[in-house]
Amino acid sequence: MTRIGWIRLGVVVGAVLLLEVLCRTGVIDPQTVIAPSAMAVALFDLLRSGEMNADIASTLTNVAIAFVAAVVGGFAIGVGLHAVPPLRRAADPLLATYYAIPFFVFYPVLIALFGMNDLPIIVIGFLFAVVAMVINTLNGLDRIPPVLLKTARLMHMGPLNTALRVKLPSAAPYLFTGVKLAVAYAFIGVIAAEFILSTSGLGYSIAYAYNNFDNARMYALMLFIIILVTAVNMAFYVWEQNQMQRRRRPS
Amino acid sequence: MRRALEVLALVAVLVAVWQALHIVGGDVALSSPADTAVRAGEMLASAGFWPHVAETFTALAYALAIAVLGGLAIGLLLGLHRLSGAVAEPILVSLYSLPKITLYPVILLIFGLGLSAKVAFGAIHGIVPVIIFTMGAVRAINPVYFRVSRVMRMTTADRIRSIVLPAALPEIVSGLRVGFSLTLLGVMIGEMFASQQGLGFLIMNAIGLHDVPTMMAVTLLLAVVAVAINAVLLMLDHRLHRRAA
Repeated sequence: MTRIGWIRLGVVVGAVLLLEVLCRTGVIDPQTVIAPSAMAVALFDLLRSGEMNADIASTLTNVAIAFVAAVVGGFAIGVGLHAVPPLRRAADPLLATYYAIPFFVFYPVLIALFGMNDLPIIVIGFLFAVVAMVINTLNGLDRIPPVLLKTARLMHMGPLNTALRVKLPSAAPYLFTGVKLAVAYAFIGVIAAEFILSTSGLGYSIAYAYNNFDNARMYALMLFIIILVTAVNMAFYVWEQNQMQRRRRPS
Repeated sequence: MRRALEVLALVAVLVAVWQALHIVGGDVALSSPADTAVRAGEMLASAGFWPHVAETFTALAYALAIAVLGGLAIGLLLGLHRLSGAVAEPILVSLYSLPKITLYPVILLIFGLGLSAKVAFGAIHGIVPVIIFTMGAVRAINPVYFRVSRVMRMTTADRIRSIVLPAALPEIVSGLRVGFSLTLLGVMIGEMFASQQGLGFLIMNAIGLHDVPTMMAVTLLLAVVAVAINAVLLMLDHRLHRRAA
């Protein structure tokens, strides 16, 4: 690990230790925040008891479906908009202001449309994630150096070959950014929808624990979500770094 | 002129989609654009509506002030000091992608129910993108400017005022735009859970009573205001970026 990596680890560990000390010495009231070690113990017990398994599975499934749909759909919409400039110009203001609209308010509408099941939650996660993918796909396609396209034309490459060998690799860094954002937004959308409106899943379990003053369970679940989301994001980050490094190496 | 026509066309398409969804889903699912507009007009005319508006926008204003000033200060610091920036960046990015809603109960336990919890929740949503954009902008400043400032023996305060801020301004405005959207989202989520006032509460209340037109009307008004503010920031953003280019 690099020096910066060690410092970063130190900062994070230091912050956790500080919280631990503040909680253990009573500076922070246990009614407000419980010590990190207590959270970890509560989480361990909760996971071993297996009572959260169904909620964890349902949340992860919802996130996964929303994420895949958002990446595939966002990429397709991005490519489509890029191909039809007038449509693109009309959609630009919508894309730019999209995230200013709070989507969770549409949940009841979605329940009325899709019924009382997991679909409305998935749709919210999808709606939240898809535009990040669209925007980054457009960014990537916009930034393909024109000289590459000219070269492709000189070499008489067909449209399919151009797309696969020139456009896709050259837009890849932006597509990665889109994928990373899509996974984060899918998590945020699904968990927030569960938290505010649903009756199952991890988000709902946290809201339920809060309403029942069950701090141990609430913090255990929060810790679980933080670890889970950070691990998923880190995995994508490492994957991206590897891909970038491979691209930089001359083959 | 052409621009205005394109925006009008977009609005027309959105309204048409809305009307189509209304026809498919019926009144139980969503009210028609016309009904919603009428309900929105009634609400704007009623005296009971404005305290909720005031509550939401007070919370939003405080949260934005904290997010912007705090984000600028921290972003400048991290941007100017390379080592701290390199240490902090991945931490900030993972904070950004965390579903912060799960932390809302903690905010409620610390700040209690009421305005301050909404402000705090809005601010933690908005501050991270402002920091990330400001830091990126400061780092991207041409190093020659800094060398010149050293030759001219400028003080740090002078350097920030006459070099860093003007050079980083376009990116900072982009950060403000993202920060604004997320702060609004944070305040709204805060109002939708364990709150007794504000537009988010009105929506949740309407959901509870299954009062579809009210729910849609509040959503519509909120979306119009959010999009309008965002459009102004976007215009400013484009103008600054064009000037910088």
